Amino acid sequence: MSVAIEVQKLNKQFVLRHTRSLKEAIVWLVTGRKGDISKKFHALHDVDLEIQQGETVALLGLNGSGKSTLLKHISGVMLPDSGSVRTRGRVAGLIEVGAGFHHDLSGRENVYLNGAILGMTEAQIDEQFDSIVEFSEIGEFIDTEVRFYSSGMYLRLAFSVAVHTDPEVFLVDEILAVGDEPFQRKCLARIKELSAAGKTLVVVSHDLELVSRICDRGVVLKHGNVVFDGAIDDAVAQLRSQV
Amino acid sequence: MTTASDFNETAPLVRPGVGGGLTDVFRQRFLLKLLVRKELQIRYKGSVLGLLWSYVKPGVQFLVFYIALGVFLGLEKSARNPDGLANYAVYLFSGIVLINFFTEALSNAARSIVGNGGLIKKIYLPRELFPVASVWVSAVHFIPQLIVLVVACVFAGWHPSLLQLVAAIAGFVIVAMLATGLGLLFGSANVYFRDSENIVDMLLMVATWTSPIMYSWTMVQSKLGASWYAVYQTNPITIGVEAFHYAFWLPTTDETAPMPPNLLPLWVPVGIVVSLAVLILGQWAFRRLEGRFAQEL
Repeated sequence: MSVAIEVQKLNKQFVLRHTRSLKEAIVWLVTGRKGDISKKFHALHDVDLEIQQGETVALLGLNGSGKSTLLKHISGVMLPDSGSVRTRGRVAGLIEVGAGFHHDLSGRENVYLNGAILGMTEAQIDEQFDSIVEFSEIGEFIDTEVRFYSSGMYLRLAFSVAVHTDPEVFLVDEILAVGDEPFQRKCLARIKELSAAGKTLVVVSHDLELVSRICDRGVVLKHGNVVFDGAIDDAVAQLRSQV
Repeated sequence: MTTASDFNETAPLVRPGVGGGLTDVFRQRFLLKLLVRKELQIRYKGSVLGLLWSYVKPGVQFLVFYIALGVFLGLEKSARNPDGLANYAVYLFSGIVLINFFTEALSNAARSIVGNGGLIKKIYLPRELFPVASVWVSAVHFIPQLIVLVVACVFAGWHPSLLQLVAAIAGFVIVAMLATGLGLLFGSANVYFRDSENIVDMLLMVATWTSPIMYSWTMVQSKLGASWYAVYQTNPITIGVEAFHYAFWLPTTDETAPMPPNLLPLWVPVGIVVSLAVLILGQWAFRRLEGRFAQEL
């Protein structure tokens, strides 16, 4: 076993900027920086976290506790103000699937574009293409523009691309509510398969029943601090006691 | 990047989200290709004329300028106007195609980061891809205009030397590097201040007139004097446009028209150096600013 994700003393502050115009910023500078042009918000505070390869970890917490921000640091979308985040192997996010989809392209073109965005090579997509289409149950509509897809079809295809990217570390953010129930079951089965294959999973979800079925370990965040780190059932109990 | 097959027990721990800048774009050629193809596909989606617009727009622009400047303001050489420029139509068009490329490339690159904000906020990928893709798309749109230019040149008796063709390539590279550099700079600044787009629009309007596209460089020299003319001449777009005149327009004339002195030995290298410096500056600014894209968008 080796460390897959290592977070040390991670701090992140958000600047809630009120202005988007150069004029206001210059006026503020010229008038001697009077008043605060922006408010600061501590999203993550001295977060330490170490996740071993093959672990399944749920990040739990109420809205605004910093779960998604932490996930964005692990994926590299955000950079820490101080402290460090390090990961081993390829990290891919099932974060808001379909972010890279374009409505005017066909399903096929979107599979390639999205696959490439998620870090797959051309050869990998070629190889996985049939499997992606089969998993998504899109069938003959694969060459139709995705704007004609129903929202369920759209999500199924996006999810299907994401689970075929085959990284070492999977980040999953609130996407398990995909499609109808049979498809949800299929997604869960696929996620369990991935974890059985030794992939590291980091899941953010408010569905406590669901995460306790997938994950072994729970990390509870509150106002940007880690307040609990341990077995999933204890973590869920801890979170419930917060409310 | 690691492939899926090697299970990385031994891979090093790395900091996610820290890329190699423009070199990453080169490594992600496949994704760049797909992004460019997407832009090209959706550009004229739902329009009847489709790609024909890439011909119609510069065609109309050319006609208007030609009639207003060449005929009304007397820049075209004719029996009654012996001081004008021979083959003014070719002169004008060879400058217009280049400035059109620059205008489209820079204005799209400057908007590319904010335009792709949805993606940048959610998934990490080398963000330089977006401005570079914008410039690339503009280069593809430049090709039909170039074809029209070459056809027009051939009808006007074009007989270029190898050196002149090399000058054309150099001119294009200078302008492309400049557009990429400024695109990175204004594209990243645009995330923080949306004024950036308006500054770019203004810059582009100015750029069209601060290079000898409509008029001749000799007019500038006679009005500005030698030292200010040297300043005028350091503008990479000016150098690119003059290189295009040298490659496309000059060989259609009797080659007696004066070219800017030292164009090839001095000014083309200057243009390359200035554009490269802008590119490095743009990349530097982009890397300084990109760390906070996700939270500012």
